[in-house]
Amino acid sequence: MNINALDLILRSDRDRVCEGEIYSINGPVVTILGNPGFKMNEMVYVGDLRLVGEVIGLDSEKTTIEVYEETSGMRPGEKVTGSGDPVSCVLAPGIIGNIFDGIERPLNLIREKEGAYIGKGVSVPSLPEDKLWETHVTVKPGDRLSGGSIIAEVRETAAIVHKVMLPPGVEGTVKEAAPDGSYTIKDKLIGLEMSSGEIKDITMCQRWPIRIPRPVGNRYSPSMPLITGQRVIDTLFPIAKGGTAAIPGGFGTGKTMTQHQIAKWSDADIIIYIGCGERGNEMTQVLEEFTELIDPKTGNPLMDRTVLIANTSNMPVAAREASLYSGLTLAEYYRDMGYHVAIMADSTSRWAEALRELSGRLEEMPAEEGYPAYLASRLAKFYERAGFVRNLNGTEGSVSIIGAVSPQGGDFSEPVTQNTKRFVRSFWGLDKSLAYERHYPAIQWLTSYSEYTKDLAPWYSQHVDKRFMDCRNRLYFILTQESKLMDIVKLIGADVLPDDQKLTLLIAKVIRLGFLQQNAFHKEDTCVPLAKQFKMMELILYLNQKCRSLVSMGMPVSVLEKYDIFDRIINIKYDLPNDKLELFDDYRADVDSFYEDVLEKNG
Amino acid sequence: MIEYLGLKSINGPLVILEGIKDAVFDELVEFDTDTGRRLGKIIELSRDRAVIQVFEGTENMTLGGTHTRLTGKPMEVGVSEAMLGRTMNGIGEPIDGMGDITAEKSLDINGKPLNPVSREYPRNYIRTGISVIDGLVTLIRGQKLPIFSGNGLPHDMLAAQIVTQSSLGDNKGEDKFAIVFAAMGVTHDVANYFKRTFSESGAAEHVAMFVNLADDPVVERLITPKVALTLAEYLAFEKSMHILVVLTDMTSYCEAMREVSSSKGEIPSRKGYPGYMYSDLASIYERAGIVKGVNGSVTQIPILSMPNDDITHPIPDLTGYITEGQIVLDRTLNGKSVYPPVSVLPSLSRLMKDGIGEGFTREDHQDVANQLFSSYAHAEEARNLAAVIGEEEISDLDKAYLKFGDEFERRFIGQAPSDNRTISKTLDLGWELLGLLPRGELDRIDTKLLDKYYRAAKEN
Repeated sequence: MNINALDLILRSDRDRVCEGEIYSINGPVVTILGNPGFKMNEMVYVGDLRLVGEVIGLDSEKTTIEVYEETSGMRPGEKVTGSGDPVSCVLAPGIIGNIFDGIERPLNLIREKEGAYIGKGVSVPSLPEDKLWETHVTVKPGDRLSGGSIIAEVRETAAIVHKVMLPPGVEGTVKEAAPDGSYTIKDKLIGLEMSSGEIKDITMCQRWPIRIPRPVGNRYSPSMPLITGQRVIDTLFPIAKGGTAAIPGGFGTGKTMTQHQIAKWSDADIIIYIGCGERGNEMTQVLEEFTELIDPKTGNPLMDRTVLIANTSNMPVAAREASLYSGLTLAEYYRDMGYHVAIMADSTSRWAEALRELSGRLEEMPAEEGYPAYLASRLAKFYERAGFVRNLNGTEGSVSIIGAVSPQGGDFSEPVTQNTKRFVRSFWGLDKSLAYERHYPAIQWLTSYSEYTKDLAPWYSQHVDKRFMDCRNRLYFILTQESKLMDIVKLIGADVLPDDQKLTLLIAKVIRLGFLQQNAFHKEDTCVPLAKQFKMMELILYLNQKCRSLVSMGMPVSVLEKYDIFDRIINIKYDLPNDKLELFDDYRADVDSFYEDVLEKNG
Repeated sequence: MIEYLGLKSINGPLVILEGIKDAVFDELVEFDTDTGRRLGKIIELSRDRAVIQVFEGTENMTLGGTHTRLTGKPMEVGVSEAMLGRTMNGIGEPIDGMGDITAEKSLDINGKPLNPVSREYPRNYIRTGISVIDGLVTLIRGQKLPIFSGNGLPHDMLAAQIVTQSSLGDNKGEDKFAIVFAAMGVTHDVANYFKRTFSESGAAEHVAMFVNLADDPVVERLITPKVALTLAEYLAFEKSMHILVVLTDMTSYCEAMREVSSSKGEIPSRKGYPGYMYSDLASIYERAGIVKGVNGSVTQIPILSMPNDDITHPIPDLTGYITEGQIVLDRTLNGKSVYPPVSVLPSLSRLMKDGIGEGFTREDHQDVANQLFSSYAHAEEARNLAAVIGEEEISDLDKAYLKFGDEFERRFIGQAPSDNRTISKTLDLGWELLGLLPRGELDRIDTKLLDKYYRAAKEN
């Protein structure tokens, strides 16, 4: 998008306030007869209660508005007032650690104002306007600035330094700059002389329309993994920083749990957690847990790097559609400062259903299963806002998107899963039968994939070990062999298999129990560093190699099975502390002595 | 108050009225017809035309002879503590012949969404006296835990047993506990069964019953759970009581939703159900919970019969995505005369881990539950193996598992409908059954607990 077009979109039309009268009401959809001059996607205030809404359809006969709140009690003839701006997020210090609804209203303030329940037409500022922030202004008069330039720094939380930037599309020369000190987000920090000669006051605060991606310098291809500490993800199906992943799964398979784990332990700088149409108690849990849990990297509470956006399943459906975009906009804003941001969207299916519901109310022609035909293009626009980029100000940052998908009946052939698969590059399919066996995380290794393995291979060999990808491929090969053998075992039992195939089953069991299964409630096992993941993998493959040579010498697997080395290796995840990796040498020696012992007693 | 005479059209449960002034979206409307008074609500509104959904159905209404009055406010229901012990119809009017109920307060039945920051995370349990539920899928206060059943399975009996036996744990004294029971689209026989069971067991006086029978109007069915939950919220959050809400049968509720939706001419999504079914169900289920700073809770047990026992049908499926776990009943177990026939492996209580153990139930609860799950899963494998190669051929260990599996089904899952077990009795029974297995097999239990509780079964 060129800067002029951007300027047009961003130019506020607050002087030109339009007004109309409600003609009809159908749930969250309100129409106005005729065209009072609203802009497409303009934010409007609807009715006497001034409920927030957005213009979603314009033609010469009527204007269609979706209202982000319950419309009951509204009557035709009430006023609709335009705001002149598109639906936007307010961007300034105070975002991190907060919990917002789908259109960036802080839920804590709503609670102070309205009590335990969420009322209608609540008007609260998105961010604290009178809070003073300790500010360090980094520019001086005479500096030439352009969109995205950093003008000041504010310590927003113990973990995050907020970099105040010039809004994109604005450029000029600094005429005056405030000294370091305490300022609110509405105070003027610098006066900027524009090319027109006009002096523009710049504060900490800027607005950005939620549906428009913030501009970037250029996009890089993915080269660095988002390390999650979850073995099945990091080792088998990694996601890159700036990458996209989908977690589809039926209910009870652990989508939310997987997202919580990534939100807790991934090495992103900032987490935006969007609870989109999910359970209220889950948001409460995130809020409680993240305030108590300590981020191992910085020593601060996890909440100090987290933003929550909550539109629970009983909150108005139109705001559910907006909540994803609000989250993206916040993420892009922090990316522009040079941070690595990860978005957890739980769940994109609820967002798609909100689209479907609105589309039905608008009487649009449905495509598959009642979803509108533009479902795929909306999903594409959503996931394409992820990326590893060089920002306008020269810093590098990324937005990674991890979306949960809740397919009906766990059936991955439904439209949301299928269309999501077209746009994400990591696919972590959760499996009901694994969940029934209480195998968590229930990521099914045969249906899942990651297109990033090739892109990230150089990083792994440089930063972890040269043999990492090789080991990963060998491990995966054993698992695929196991699944082939299992087809036979189901028919005729395991006893008739030759010993080398029995060994494959045995080693695959060690991999499944000892490597793929990970206990989120265990102190050591909940997050595992890459170095340990590699050592575990290497040890299992070493055991495999030793066993193979025993079997090739004619030792039956039934003899090997009697040794406890298999159980001990399965339990490494609990027994071996993450910071004592040298103990792996002892285990390696144990494998050797197991080998010698078998030879001695049976040779 | 203005009265409008005549209607434009009648279509199923919907009527269209033209030429109205000053109507409010979602407001309650009163009709005077030749056959008496009826209620409805405006579901679509433009400047002079309203689409109105009639709660009692449109039978016998005429286009010419209907007088319509606008009330100016959404549907409200009068609530009162005196509703405990009474029976009401689907829209909250008493039908037990014991006179009117004086309302303490009149509340909007739609409620308002609870702010997530006002919620308190549920952390204490409700004892149902049923081993398989208390032991393995513990019900937590403020939770919504549905029972997925099928036609012909004893979910009614189970619901009645839960209602008559439930209490706040083994030794909680002062907290008040009551039950709100909403029956939607149940048959006369079933409704009578519930009434009889409650009064025989003496539970009736702390139960408020809302009954919408199978031949009552479908639109009223859409109101029933909302009325019941409005009372539940009032008792929980204003009278500080712990309320257990039983909703049966959610399948009838969803069928009613589909019927009304199709007569509105809406675009259907899966299997003809409307696209907003998820949001609609959520607006019911999400009304379970605990509010910070209030000593009360709303816990829900919705019961639904899975059409054709299909757990992937839209009704159980969408329910499972909203609720915090599920209790699944199983036809095979029922065939073995095990009551309650709870299929253990797909059943789950998501909140259980935070509401049991020391301080709530007993220190060994979580470990015993994990071990029973895992050993029973192993027993199922042994059964499958035995079915293929014959019981004689399997190892002694697998034989022990077979025995464990059978005993577990017969004694732990199985229980008489009048048997009310304490938590310690349930857990002790669990240990007794685990005693059938060698100690080395119990890999999910902490060693200290094993030392304290594990006793191997005597050979006989």
